[in-house]
Amino acid sequence: MRSRPYTRVVAVAAVAALTATACTAQSEAQHKSKQKAALFKPGSEISYQKYGKSYPATKVKDGPGPCSYESISRKDYSGQTLKIISHAVPVIGEPTQLHAKQFEEITGGKVEVVNVPFGELHQKILTPLQAGQPAYDVMFYPSLWIGDMAPYLAPVPEEYLNTPGMRDVTQSYMDVATWDGKVVQYPVDGDRHYLKVRTDVLKDPKWQAEYKRATGKDLKVPTTWAEYQETAEVFSGKDFDGDGKKNYGSAEVTKRDDLTFSAFISRAAPYVKNPKVKGGVFFDAETMKPLINTPGFVRALEDMVKAKSTWAPGGANFGLGDEIFSFGGGQTLMSYSWDDAFIQAQQPDSKIRNTVQAAPLPGSSEVYNRTTKAWDKKANQAAYFTWGWTSAVAKASSHQEMAFDYLCFFGNEANTALDLTIGRFGVNPYRMSHFDPAFWEKQGWDKDVAEAYVKTLSGMEENPNRVFDLRVPGVNQYMSALANGVAAALAGQESPQRALDGVAGEWAEITDQIGKDKVRSAYRNVVALEDKS
Amino acid sequence: MDGLRRHKGMFLLPGLLTLFLIIIFPLLFTIRVSFSGWNVSNPRMDFIGGANYTAMLHDSRFWASITRLILLAGGTVLIQYIIGFGMALLVWREVRGRRFWRVLFLVPMMTTPVVMAAIWQTIFHESLGPVNDLLGMVGLTNVPWLTESGPALVALMTVEVWQWTPFMFLLLLAGLLSLPREPFMAAAIDGAGTWRTFRKVTFPLMAPVSVAAVVIRLIEASKLSDSVYVLTSGGPGSSTETPGYYLYIQGLRDQQTGYSGAMSLAYLVLMIVTLTVVAALLTRAFKLKGAS
Repeated sequence: MRSRPYTRVVAVAAVAALTATACTAQSEAQHKSKQKAALFKPGSEISYQKYGKSYPATKVKDGPGPCSYESISRKDYSGQTLKIISHAVPVIGEPTQLHAKQFEEITGGKVEVVNVPFGELHQKILTPLQAGQPAYDVMFYPSLWIGDMAPYLAPVPEEYLNTPGMRDVTQSYMDVATWDGKVVQYPVDGDRHYLKVRTDVLKDPKWQAEYKRATGKDLKVPTTWAEYQETAEVFSGKDFDGDGKKNYGSAEVTKRDDLTFSAFISRAAPYVKNPKVKGGVFFDAETMKPLINTPGFVRALEDMVKAKSTWAPGGANFGLGDEIFSFGGGQTLMSYSWDDAFIQAQQPDSKIRNTVQAAPLPGSSEVYNRTTKAWDKKANQAAYFTWGWTSAVAKASSHQEMAFDYLCFFGNEANTALDLTIGRFGVNPYRMSHFDPAFWEKQGWDKDVAEAYVKTLSGMEENPNRVFDLRVPGVNQYMSALANGVAAALAGQESPQRALDGVAGEWAEITDQIGKDKVRSAYRNVVALEDKS
Repeated sequence: MDGLRRHKGMFLLPGLLTLFLIIIFPLLFTIRVSFSGWNVSNPRMDFIGGANYTAMLHDSRFWASITRLILLAGGTVLIQYIIGFGMALLVWREVRGRRFWRVLFLVPMMTTPVVMAAIWQTIFHESLGPVNDLLGMVGLTNVPWLTESGPALVALMTVEVWQWTPFMFLLLLAGLLSLPREPFMAAAIDGAGTWRTFRKVTFPLMAPVSVAAVVIRLIEASKLSDSVYVLTSGGPGSSTETPGYYLYIQGLRDQQTGYSGAMSLAYLVLMIVTLTVVAALLTRAFKLKGAS
């Protein structure tokens, strides 16, 4: 009599277990698309205008290939839901939403987009991945987080690697998307630092004479950080555009927790990236001893501290937004960072439209050689590939086909051509076809402005002396420590050497905490990119 | 009797369970996490003993932020108390448009701290903000509000005082309105003037409310981080970094979960002890003041 209820309990448990297993197995299986009739004809005209007045009236033709509107509209994802996490609107968050809406309209699938502020993005993406929960199928994040994300990402399948759009991605951005020989990030943006200057001032005979009087030299686009400082000093505090307000020499990203680290690395790149020395600039790749307090980095920080006198009021607390509007709004003569400030300056309603020029980052007249521990007296310039939004699909996602189709659609030729023209989207050139001056002239840019811009960007691709971000696990910690040290020196709390000694100490601790072998193995990927150049 | 007790227990159970889930469980979990090396690349609940606590003892940035917070919280709450009390006294008695003033004084408290900090950031903007424009009009030089340590602290304190003085005003006004009328009538009969009535009657009678208001504000001020995030990001250097903001950087941005757990517990204990002592001292001070 006692055994009967026990047997019943066991039977119920067994049924429950089997049901649960069946359900789990079903959820882990990959959901596939069905086929339906295409909603677009090949080469249809594409425009965002129907989505609101905030989008330009520009029309482009749908490109060929499996990512086009025509091909994607043949897929039927009805009954399936794709979950996406992206940055807050507008930067990358707005195109994520817009293309999700379009993808829903043409495939019948459901796309849920979660937009989160930047400060929470890393944790919101990584924690579920580490816990093995496929909270999101698609993730948009800065490409330098690859060291943290790579173990949880699905490699981009061969058929997507062979699309025309993907084959057109520049080698640098394919490298940025690659981890241990596998493409695990889907390129959607290309970011790098370069110099921007006001040509109306540089070409003005009055200001040329003024500069000659002050320095004895001809006024030109600076090619070294020393020239940059000299030019910025001469023009700081002068009303060079005649609007009755003072102008300033330089706008830089200096707010401690707002990408200051990238600005500092831009300034350090020509001092630390010696083309004769292989093995990385941030660490000794063998011992993993930090090199962040070596003379090249210290010189760059000394330069940055000196540059304070050329910044606009409040310039020591400029976030990226401030830098964009300071240069893009015509307050400063020069600036260096990503495309945004340049695109802002080139907006149709900008008062400095077509009076700006893009140029490579300034270089140096000498470069530190860490093997000889001496300065090599020769001109040096280094290209710095930094940041760049990217996207990826979670390995644990059960909607991988839909996820890759969404990304493929996001970055198709038509969408990218339109996205590039909307400054707030944060999508910048990353394909060879984007380096066509004619495309930018069509947007109303003067020929010389478009040519200089394209030449600067494509020139970085060909530069054999390149620096990449520190793409290792725990990159946020390393960069947080670096930003803190730079901020301490800028605030006068510590000397540049002492501040960077502190950073080196913290970097050593972080490396020990994460594991020397783990960081070394990841860092070798970075070194390989730099040494391959 | 036992049955009654069991039934009472059953009724209490949902509340106790909620309390456990909301307060006790997260606290116990944080204690456990603080003894682990959980970080961005090691998301595991391992056991590393007191290593996080040892690291925290040597973390000068953390201790500097605590010292800074004591100055910031102490300073701003004192100013809020003085201004809040003054405003409450102004609208306590019959004044024209009393209701209007009362509502107006509460507006800053009802705004979102992050939004207000963003607006104040514009107000203090060194080249575009109206503060420097006003200073320029009266012949004063521009102040580097957010790029030098001293002015940045003043800017941060200004935002805090502006935002939270209404809260102090609200509590103190409620206290004033609940005071008995008799002591004031007795003081008037004895010929006490306004200042003497305030010193000998109003202020001592307000002691319990004052202590409660100051302690509540100190508790809130000890969590200061959102205004810091928007206004200065802890800068220039680390001159406006508070423990709340430092915890955000360590815990959320750098994902040092174990370490930030240890810091938050130490910070919690420190705050409980400090605020208990402050409350006791304030009560004693107000009592002595009332007795003299």
